[in-house]
Amino acid sequence: MAYEVPSRKLFDVTRIRADFPILSREVRPGVPLVYLDSAATSQKPAMVIEAMDYYYRQFNANIHRGIHTLAEEATAGYEAAREQVTRFIGAKSPRQIIFTRNTTESINLVALTWGDQNLNSGDVVILSEMEHHANLVPWQILAAKKNLRLEFIPVTPDGLLDFSVFPALLDLNPKLVAFTHMSNVLGTINPAREIIRQAQAAGAVTLVDAAQSIPHFPVNVQDLGADFVAFSGHKMCGPTGIGVLYGRQDLLETMPPFMGGGEMIKRVYLRTFKPNELPHKFEAGTPAIAEAIGLGAAITYLESIGMEAIHAHEKALVNYAMDCLEEIPGVQIVGPTADHRGGVVAFTLDNIHPHDISQILDEDGVAIRAGHHCAMPLHDKLNLISTARASFYLYTTEDEIDILARAVYKTKKIFGV
Amino acid sequence: MDDLYREIIIDRYKKPHYRGSLDPHDISFEDDNPLCGDHIRIDLRLDERGRVSEAAFDGHGCAISQATADLLLETIQGKSLDEIKAFTRDDLLELLGIELGPVRLKCALLSLKVLKAGVYGLGEASDELVE
Repeated sequence: MAYEVPSRKLFDVTRIRADFPILSREVRPGVPLVYLDSAATSQKPAMVIEAMDYYYRQFNANIHRGIHTLAEEATAGYEAAREQVTRFIGAKSPRQIIFTRNTTESINLVALTWGDQNLNSGDVVILSEMEHHANLVPWQILAAKKNLRLEFIPVTPDGLLDFSVFPALLDLNPKLVAFTHMSNVLGTINPAREIIRQAQAAGAVTLVDAAQSIPHFPVNVQDLGADFVAFSGHKMCGPTGIGVLYGRQDLLETMPPFMGGGEMIKRVYLRTFKPNELPHKFEAGTPAIAEAIGLGAAITYLESIGMEAIHAHEKALVNYAMDCLEEIPGVQIVGPTADHRGGVVAFTLDNIHPHDISQILDEDGVAIRAGHHCAMPLHDKLNLISTARASFYLYTTEDEIDILARAVYKTKKIFGV
Repeated sequence: MDDLYREIIIDRYKKPHYRGSLDPHDISFEDDNPLCGDHIRIDLRLDERGRVSEAAFDGHGCAISQATADLLLETIQGKSLDEIKAFTRDDLLELLGIELGPVRLKCALLSLKVLKAGVYGLGEASDELVE
């Protein structure tokens, strides 16, 4: 592993839960929170909240230009977070780490700079049918503007990517292959390394939507070999408002800037400008300083637990959850067997609408997500209007899954099915 | 503060030994620090063995950036281009003998960055030269 996992050797979920202040709240008197919506956003450990609080109380200042002590400390804190991200994902250099708002902005950045510069009429872009809208719509917008041809790796009925057609797709000489590392609906963990290897052999640039993978298991970008990797801070115990784009340095160097403004420039004249060096070239304006510092604290926290241990915990939970839910008559789990997935279980229950399921579960403090989870084409493909989704993280317990199962039974009873 | 503005820094800022320009020259390069607008140009002349025989810098900026440039040019007198390529950021910081935060570090490293970009014959200076 590219990072150290110190201190805690045992995975003690009770102790971990004590690190998250929100987990001790009751949704209403006598009803504790059962938070099963971490794929949407994770909860935050106290040390992340405190790191941001400390920044605002002690060294809030704008970065990079100031000479005073606070500005020096803020700059050091922001850049230290970049170094932490570099190490956490195994990148070669902090210059390859661009801070954005979130995964969505990271992917849009690539579409609007690299895509705008390198994709032309008739060029083929390969995506998959299990993409989140964040990895569909930016390419649809660009395709409409530049007359690109979008093609899709299909999803099999059991929720895996159908690689039987991949060679034929690669024969189209795609310029880009962009896909999700782990589906936010199916939980499917895709064989990213192999997809990237084949795509690059066919001459394509690759982009990995790692929003659901980097928070949950060890990911080394050099080992993956990806050209671009996008992920968000808020799904990995960090705050909202901070995301990351990792890019191959030679690609980032030749890409045009994203947004224009302060910090992204080296020299400005009245009519022209020279862009700054990496990574600042892509970071126009005052960035999310407190949020970057919070993300740094989140990484410190995750490393203290260990990503392997977190992954193992979630694997055990998803096994347990699938066993519990499959026992309930009328429950249909969407997606692959447990050995192909991370800590996400989406399901339907007879013909009860997921919004109703979620509403009834909420009475027992159970927070799940209901709807299309920003993956409407995937639901179309699976002939589903929407699904109910429970998703897990390092602080989730088997007891919480028992409460979920009991609440699902209660839902059936209320609907008389 | 006393450390940051050691006597030699103030002295070299006020009375630089190597300020000026060389025309003709064998090597010349210039660059800005985008953070504060500091600017440094360095001209070098080489002797028949390829060693620095004359060096001059011009530009504007804070005392740290300008005094560092002056001290750097003093240090490279008589040095070969390979020796300059091997001169690291740590060598420079040792030469200055002051503690610098991340922002001021950029000021101090500007002249080394310019020197290295010139010596390597690059089209553009990059922070990678001084890491």
